[in-house]
Amino acid sequence: MNVHQEIAAVKSPPPLSPEVASESRRPRPAPGQEAPAIQPKLTVEHLNAWYGQNHALHDVNLVVPPRSVTAAIGPSGCGKSTFLRCLNRMHELIPGARAEGTLRIDGKDLLGRDVDPVTLRRRVGMVFQRPNPFPTMSIRDNVAAGLKLNRVPGDHAEIVERTLRQAALWDEVKDRLGASALSLSGGQQQRLCIARALAVQPEVLLMDEPASALDPIATAKIEDLIHELKERYTIVIVTHNMQQAGRVSDQTAFFYMGDLVEVGPTEKIFTNPSEKRTEDYVTGKFG
Amino acid sequence: MPPTSDTGAARATPAPARFANLGDRAWGWGISILGGTILVVAGLVLLELGRVARPAWEGMNVLRFLTSTDWDPVQEKFGALPFVYGTLVTSAVAILVALPVSVGLALFLSEMGPRRLRPPVAYAIEVLAAIPSVIYGLWGLFVLVPWLRGTLEPFLQGTLGFLPIFRGPMIGHGYLAGGLILALMILPTIASVTIEVLKTVPAALREGALALGATRWEAIRMAVLPYARPGILGATLLGLGRALGETMAVTMVIGNSPAISASLFAPGYTLPAVIANEFAEATGDVHIGALASLGLVLFGITLLLNAAARILISAVSRGTRGARA
Repeated sequence: MNVHQEIAAVKSPPPLSPEVASESRRPRPAPGQEAPAIQPKLTVEHLNAWYGQNHALHDVNLVVPPRSVTAAIGPSGCGKSTFLRCLNRMHELIPGARAEGTLRIDGKDLLGRDVDPVTLRRRVGMVFQRPNPFPTMSIRDNVAAGLKLNRVPGDHAEIVERTLRQAALWDEVKDRLGASALSLSGGQQQRLCIARALAVQPEVLLMDEPASALDPIATAKIEDLIHELKERYTIVIVTHNMQQAGRVSDQTAFFYMGDLVEVGPTEKIFTNPSEKRTEDYVTGKFG
Repeated sequence: MPPTSDTGAARATPAPARFANLGDRAWGWGISILGGTILVVAGLVLLELGRVARPAWEGMNVLRFLTSTDWDPVQEKFGALPFVYGTLVTSAVAILVALPVSVGLALFLSEMGPRRLRPPVAYAIEVLAAIPSVIYGLWGLFVLVPWLRGTLEPFLQGTLGFLPIFRGPMIGHGYLAGGLILALMILPTIASVTIEVLKTVPAALREGALALGATRWEAIRMAVLPYARPGILGATLLGLGRALGETMAVTMVIGNSPAISASLFAPGYTLPAVIANEFAEATGDVHIGALASLGLVLFGITLLLNAAARILISAVSRGTRGARA
């Protein structure tokens, strides 16, 4: 399957049943998704997720171009975090949770049973809602933690410095790399966690409301950082904060009640959405 | 605001407030008294032990009492060292055997094991904790001791016989038997406390490690165990406390011989065991006094080990304190 066929498949997935198709529960492809000139980094097709009996994600289809930021927005419980967790199979940690569908990075399926989630997670890094540095480790060891797991030989010091610079934290911590990670402020800890995720050079970086536990100044720093990181990485970010989605993302996906209602260029989603539900949400009528 | 309503409000509110205050204060006093009782009881125990022990102290050299290996009540020769040695050796064997097994069990139950297997194993641990110690003693006498004599001790001597602790005649009764029985008895304590400690490890830490591409075991080693270390030490301390004071089961399998031997196969004696064995038949105040003094020594050992463990725990928990908040 070449790139264009693949994208075409994403655009118009075969309907599961006439009812589903006529209800148009499946998102229509947005203009931004119609003609990506480059091969997508991440392709999600027919992604369904369940928690026990609860069908939490309904047939999500989404394409993420490389070196871009995709924001997932929507009210609480809409499935956006579930979606993010499926992308590196962290949902498997929750008892009773399962996901079906196709998830591809550079065209290779990663959700199959024969794929080790450990291998996937080394390619898809994640930053969590609350900063979670390893409390017993120093700043340096936190950044190098992933390198040790991957048994990366050679000079960790050089990688640690480069990654901390990428995470815009180097100048603040260069004189105390041996200090406990807990000696940092919340915003610094979150940037440390970003550095920790970047150290293993993932291809995709997932961020689950990375600034929701931070004050406005720390939030601004994280947002600036996202702008810089998209030069190298493909980023998918979940956020509660619509202004934040507007500021940092190129493409926005609106989730509601487990459906991916609409996805398109951020500017279009916020100014001229195709779906009524999207418009109601971004204009503050609910959510 | 008109002055009338102001005073009216002032009159209406303080009465219930004062009542609430009174209740609070009474509650506070009640709690303080209950809490203080513990200190009073501990103090009384110490005082009473001292009073009973006193007759043995006349003309006795404390240092000699603690370092002499001679225990001969008939000739009124009293040396505490064999009992102190036996208590420490059996407790050490117990911790060395029980700690790894308990932590493994706790990890299995809270992190790795199949969910369906967890309840029966957890239940078995609780049952283990509920068995009376005399039953452990009987089991030790009829099952453990013959097995040690016939199987484990010859095996250890055959493979690790170059170590002095595995030399000498293999009787079955001895330090090893006492230590293993103790290990079995403190295992449920250490395991169940460790399970609770592992439950307090924030899920975010585990997820952080897994998201970096750690396997289950790597996540445990990198994020879970370092965070839980102070708690596991605390669990070990609880187990050690029980091992030091356990009387019945150890008395039944240790051989009850007031001697010091490097070999774990040799019979020995512990502080609680000698007190239990000799107290009823003790003749004269001096013998009783000597036994009470052994009780004070046991008290002292427990206090010392507790203090040492506390220092250790506060040293290793320095790194995790902030994350608990």
